[in-house]
Amino acid sequence: MLKTFKSGGVHPPENKISADAAIQSLPVPKRVYIMVTQHLGAPSVALVKKGDDVKTGQLIAKSAGFISANVHSPVTGKVFKVDDFIDQSGYRKPAIIIDAEEDTWVDGVDNSDEIIRDITLTKEQIIQRISDMGVVGLGGATFPTHVKMMIPDGKKAEFLIINGVECEPYLTSDHRLMVEKPEEILIGTTILMKALGVSKAMVGIENNKPDAIEKLSHIAKSFKGITVHPLKVKYPQGGEKQLIKALTGREVPSGKLPIETGCVVDNVGTAFAVYEAVQKNKPLIERVVTVTGMAAAKPSNFMVRIGAPVSELIEKAGGIPENLGKVVGGGPMMGKALMSLEAPIVKGSSGILLMPVEESRRVVIKPCIRCARCVSVCPMGLEPYLLAQVAKNEMWERAESERVMDCIECGSCHYTCPSGRPLLDYIRLGKNKVGQIIRSRGKK
Amino acid sequence: MNNVILVAVISLSAIGATSAVILYFVAQKFKIIEDPRIDEVEDVLPKANCGGCGYAGCRAFAEGIVKSGTLEGFFCPVGGNSVMSQVALIMGLVAEEKEPMIAVLRCNGSRTNAPAKINYDGPATCAFTHNLFSGESGCPHGCLGLGDCVAACTFGALYIDQNTGLPAVIADKCTACGACVKACPRKIFELRNRGKKDRRIFVCCVNEEKGAPAKKNCEVACIGCGKCVKACAYDAITMKNNLAYIDFEKCKLCRKCVEECPTGAIHELNFPPRKVKTTAPEETTGQNTPTEVTA
Repeated sequence: MLKTFKSGGVHPPENKISADAAIQSLPVPKRVYIMVTQHLGAPSVALVKKGDDVKTGQLIAKSAGFISANVHSPVTGKVFKVDDFIDQSGYRKPAIIIDAEEDTWVDGVDNSDEIIRDITLTKEQIIQRISDMGVVGLGGATFPTHVKMMIPDGKKAEFLIINGVECEPYLTSDHRLMVEKPEEILIGTTILMKALGVSKAMVGIENNKPDAIEKLSHIAKSFKGITVHPLKVKYPQGGEKQLIKALTGREVPSGKLPIETGCVVDNVGTAFAVYEAVQKNKPLIERVVTVTGMAAAKPSNFMVRIGAPVSELIEKAGGIPENLGKVVGGGPMMGKALMSLEAPIVKGSSGILLMPVEESRRVVIKPCIRCARCVSVCPMGLEPYLLAQVAKNEMWERAESERVMDCIECGSCHYTCPSGRPLLDYIRLGKNKVGQIIRSRGKK
Repeated sequence: MNNVILVAVISLSAIGATSAVILYFVAQKFKIIEDPRIDEVEDVLPKANCGGCGYAGCRAFAEGIVKSGTLEGFFCPVGGNSVMSQVALIMGLVAEEKEPMIAVLRCNGSRTNAPAKINYDGPATCAFTHNLFSGESGCPHGCLGLGDCVAACTFGALYIDQNTGLPAVIADKCTACGACVKACPRKIFELRNRGKKDRRIFVCCVNEEKGAPAKKNCEVACIGCGKCVKACAYDAITMKNNLAYIDFEKCKLCRKCVEECPTGAIHELNFPPRKVKTTAPEETTGQNTPTEVTA
């Protein structure tokens, strides 16, 4: 029997309609909008000003603080301005807007397709390089990867887990990357193993991607210590705590990090970015983005420069459909609807989902019938109906003691609720408020 | 048989009597002498328990006054000056006259001024929506119109105007308790003085963006041009983060700034209509005005 995590989980329709679409390189956009802060942690500081000439791959915003990341220019051209620009939520955040002229890379970047297999750098050099090249977790949380590589004192990493689960319906960016760049991903994995000082790495892939499993298992035979594990299809297996449970049977304690169980989890996209950063000296300036959805004319996977406007991707995938209801950044379970199509692609964008009108409407909210389906599907063992209610009633202390901060916002409760109650929305509100309260407590 | 009843009555009476004596001494020992003025002060307070004074309720407010023995820093916004003078009488102090205040909504992003660009159908609470996105109109500072303030008002002084989609203040009912100020995640409400004859002038916008993006989302946004600052003869207007603010303590209600404002972001309330200059050339050549005059 295939492995999976035990408690909770749902199985929404997979709808991987773009699974067979090979990754196409999107032409370099004419104007890119690069958010200065695209990662989790301290905001970066812009290094360029209006009128500056920049080259592709040049450092344009520097990390500020321990948990922070560098940002590089994805194009060659002139800085149009350094100003606030709307992000995917519609709020204006500091951004660097560059008019692209051509595509000349900075010196020292290997831009060929040749695969470099020998790892020459030492452990410290690898971590430094990952940090310099602005690599962050590409699974969606955008946690700076170099910070993950630095194991805190007293802890020891045993396993590296590579997350190729891609449990969100519709999204296929990781899937296509595994099919098209399997060797690069495994070299990246080996580099990460070296940086962590571990001898074992496990690649977890859900069973609905047989071609990726076959390719990676085949190539993994020539890599030492890397094993590929097919997993039963169940959402949210791509959550790092769920994946650790599925592969090792270990459970991350409440409020703790995965390193407590001796595991470090990285996405396949991150492993690829690490390969490019370490072996090819290439900063993270592009990523694979799936443009899909029942309303999309041509569901596709694109290799996109960071900072390209979302509208440009939709244009390339067949344009804006007539029956478009919502454009969601990310997958249908965890993604958020976009406020504006002018918003740019950031390091954490994994997909753009075009939903037709009839699919995008919320259902009528009915009273809770106490069926406890949300409790049974919660992968974190929480009581979503209760958390939503206490958040609605502004009982923040109760929300904290009911472990609202453990919620991974997977949306399984919201998906399964027969009364269509907006459970996750209220839990997010609770998490936000309780998070603020906890942080203010730390300051006193 | 009689004997049993007698024994019971006597023994129970004895226990009762001893307990009464013990309780009397205990009560003397642990007696709490409470200032009777606390009750008196509480009696004159409105007992709305709204928390507008900064205390947990009217009782806590009364205790605060009596214990500190001063009225400095104490003001019941609901009762206003009349209640405070009664409190002062009880305390033998003099109450400082305060100008009556009112909650003012500093946003005019109505359905026509700031049309919705998208349609939001999620939970109708401002606190959640504010965290999620910038709002239907795209203005990241403006009113979301979902009524967290209306829910917070204990005096029924707020309602959502169905035409504008914005909350409206019922001046007679508003006590300036400040509940709406706290409830609004975007800090749009402000407590301002009611002004003479209820006349007020204020900047009806809280958008701190630069002019162009602010105007893009809302017709009547403050664009931070600074014309009002120059027009004000009393230094009442300050400009901070592309947003003008009128200090109501300095404002002399001359209405110069209202005329200057190019976007109409400065509002005047309860003023008599201005004298129309009949000789103004724009009006005589205007295409709409003649028909109105003849009709």
